[in-house]
Amino acid sequence: MSEGVKKFLYVNRKAPHGTIYALEALEVVLIGAAFEQDVSLAFLDDGVFQLVKGWDTSELGSKNFQPTYTALGDYDISKVFVERESLEERGLTEADLLELTYEDEDDDWAEKSSIRVVSREEMAEIMAENDVILSF
Amino acid sequence: MAYEVNGKTVEHDEEGYITNLSDWSKELAEVIAKEENIDMTDEHWEVVNFLREYYDEYQIAPAIRVLVKAMKKKFGPEKGNNKYLYELFPYGPAKQACKIAGLPKPTGCV
Repeated sequence: MSEGVKKFLYVNRKAPHGTIYALEALEVVLIGAAFEQDVSLAFLDDGVFQLVKGWDTSELGSKNFQPTYTALGDYDISKVFVERESLEERGLTEADLLELTYEDEDDDWAEKSSIRVVSREEMAEIMAENDVILSF
Repeated sequence: MAYEVNGKTVEHDEEGYITNLSDWSKELAEVIAKEENIDMTDEHWEVVNFLREYYDEYQIAPAIRVLVKAMKKKFGPEKGNNKYLYELFPYGPAKQACKIAGLPKPTGCV
């Protein structure tokens, strides 16, 4: 890894509705990605609802930012960790989640899924591996 | 602050981005382009239309790096590169083209 690149993890714990945290976090992620750092996203607790298909916040007087998650791949964000226990506690499975993809530069630009469902234990390890953790 | 198009006024912010995205029209785009000292050619329109489609799909104005990559994918490397885009929009393709396209300032544009 080259000099000056840090591992950033953005931790999302809140549902997309009700507060501005989810939208603000997403904007910070996109801004951070412009600086070409090593960026990962984590979704746990109610944050997993951000990735559930089919919500729409436009009736709340906010823009509907669900489609923006699918642009993460364009910003070279290929690591989206979702905590399995948080999904299970809410009656959700990976099939309920948006399809997020990125193109793998090292594999002839093959389209791959960015989402990785991990256990709570693995999530703790991922957090320990990152240099900077920003929690929303 | 506002633009004048066909006797209609369209509000914009201190940097010239329109306040209400639904106020956009092709005529307005020409007016904004003139303020930016840009003569709109087919090549300019191609970028502006592409940005509007991108916004429609993802609800964001892409950062320049992302625009270049997406243009490359759609139009090939001769159009998907910084030089080509900066020749069309000398003061920053993402910034100027987004303004003309009636979009907000690109997310990640600093």
